[in-house]
Amino acid sequence: MLKVDNVSKLYRVGAFGEKTLRAVHKVSFDIQKGEVVSLIGESGSGKTTIGRMVLRLLPISSGAIWFNDMNVATLKGQALKEYYRKVQGVFQDPFSTFNPIFKADRVFRLVKEEFFPTISSGEWQNKVEQALDAVGLNPGQVLNKFPHQLSGGQLQRFLIARALLLDIELLVADEIISMLDASTRIDVLNLLGELKKTGLSILFVTHDLSLGYYISDKAVILYKGHVVEQGSTDRIFGNPLHPYTQMLMASVPRLDAKWEEELPPANGQENGADAGLTGCVYYGRCPVADLSLGCAQRQPDLQEIAPDHKVACFHYPGLE
Amino acid sequence: MSLQVENLKVYYKTLSGYAQALDGVTFTIQDGEIMGLAGESGCGKTTLGHSLIRLKPPMNFIEGRVLLDNQELPIWDMEKMNAFRFSQISIIPQYAMNALNPTRKIGKIVADLLEGKQVGYKTVLPELKRRLKLVGLSADVLNMYPIELSGGMKQRMVLVLSTLLNPSLLIADEVTSALDVSSQKAVSKMLVEFRDRQFVNSIIIITHDISVLYQIADTIMVMYAGKLAEKAATETIINRPRHPYTRLLISSLPKVGVKFSEEKLAGIPGSPPLLLNPPAGCRFRDRCPVATEKCLEEPPFVEVDKDHFVACWQELEHHA
Repeated sequence: MLKVDNVSKLYRVGAFGEKTLRAVHKVSFDIQKGEVVSLIGESGSGKTTIGRMVLRLLPISSGAIWFNDMNVATLKGQALKEYYRKVQGVFQDPFSTFNPIFKADRVFRLVKEEFFPTISSGEWQNKVEQALDAVGLNPGQVLNKFPHQLSGGQLQRFLIARALLLDIELLVADEIISMLDASTRIDVLNLLGELKKTGLSILFVTHDLSLGYYISDKAVILYKGHVVEQGSTDRIFGNPLHPYTQMLMASVPRLDAKWEEELPPANGQENGADAGLTGCVYYGRCPVADLSLGCAQRQPDLQEIAPDHKVACFHYPGLE
Repeated sequence: MSLQVENLKVYYKTLSGYAQALDGVTFTIQDGEIMGLAGESGCGKTTLGHSLIRLKPPMNFIEGRVLLDNQELPIWDMEKMNAFRFSQISIIPQYAMNALNPTRKIGKIVADLLEGKQVGYKTVLPELKRRLKLVGLSADVLNMYPIELSGGMKQRMVLVLSTLLNPSLLIADEVTSALDVSSQKAVSKMLVEFRDRQFVNSIIIITHDISVLYQIADTIMVMYAGKLAEKAATETIINRPRHPYTRLLISSLPKVGVKFSEEKLAGIPGSPPLLLNPPAGCRFRDRCPVATEKCLEEPPFVEVDKDHFVACWQELEHHA
């Protein structure tokens, strides 16, 4: 349904934009109907940039994003509006999305004005109540309130309800639960799971592996804009192959096991981020980096080493 | 005994009356203890941390006693507390990244802080460099501006800075929540190391992330709506919690290996009571699955097992 094909993003940085920063480098994945795909990575991995490119909030530097065989980058006017009817985003901070001087349900009215100007207000009211029901909110309790009268979990579900008003097919959820409390977090996650059952596709952007595993079918692990490992969640979490994925897995605080000692990087140092522009992106931090394999010379390609499991690491020679 | 808090009450003054953010809190921390303080947002955990070091309006001291190393802390007096701050009790604030003055070099910030305590920068410098090395920062950072450091580096810098005078008690307020999993692990381990090396005597770690506490804390104290719910050794809280709130909180945490499609986790229904006019009796009553008539009375916070304190009538009756 959504196909991200070899997408890169370059930012111009520096006083006159004389330098470029490669935020996303040749990322490809696709999302089928009713599928949840997680983009997992630390800060600076480019995961949010990808989400924003899918929502067309940022232009793409090279490559293309296809939605039902339409090139998203070229959509204009009415076609773009149709796209936003089907694809919507929800972001990290529910508190700053709302304007505190207006009542929170103004977001619904804005949707009506923009997309459904002809619908009667009674009919609209029904639609809003249905959407609120679908996200587990009681309309009587939450309508006609100001944002400060609602909790973070309620506001976040409000925003999901707003997206649902538009018969969406794809939801881009960018770190939507990282600001919420543990007890409400799981409610919002379960809600996404229920929506998935009704056929909604979700692009779930997160830095938390346990959340990514809980909800998604496929995962894409990103490091500095490069995909280091990608495939079905079962395979990636059951058998993580890239040293970065293994490190992430070992760093997740768990309730059933204590942290183990970490292997020190074999070459370079942790903060010497740019060991070389030519080598593997993870070279500077990699505990198993090996000069004889060429880790310092070039970036390994992403190759399929098992069905539905791709890794970019010289330690896995592939099946050529 | 490092810290003793007796019946501490701190209320927030608002236009519509007092919000009872901290309502009669009694607990002790042993020498060398790392205590985790957990709970949902708005439960009073940050209020507790801050009232121990800087009780500023709109916080209002109502009653209670705080003893640090058998010496009473005049927490109600901003001026008198200056003698204790930084040298005996210190804090790493919630947004430590923003705690460094952006217009001054880091070395200068350190020197300024030391001047306030009549400690010479030169005399501390060798120890400062040694500790920077310990947290993986080079001595060059002293000649840098805060903007030149990454979030994790700033967090480590503030950790070194806060503990430079070997305070007896360190309050770490949400130090790991804004960090990636790998930096989270590194910073958490440093806190333990600083305690092991006796740079600090005991630590209170305030966080909503219980799984991080499981990794590093000796004991965990759970708060709910301005009151203490439970305090016990970490293993006991995680594996044999006795307060219904603690049980629900722990069971709602997502773990690696749990999938929505296989095992659905449940959140805690309802939301915490407003503290402006909290209900009499147990404040968790309305959300509690095992509440009875008895819960209309307030449960005392008592020791039901060795070093295991619980405020729940159910447990008290089992115990009696």
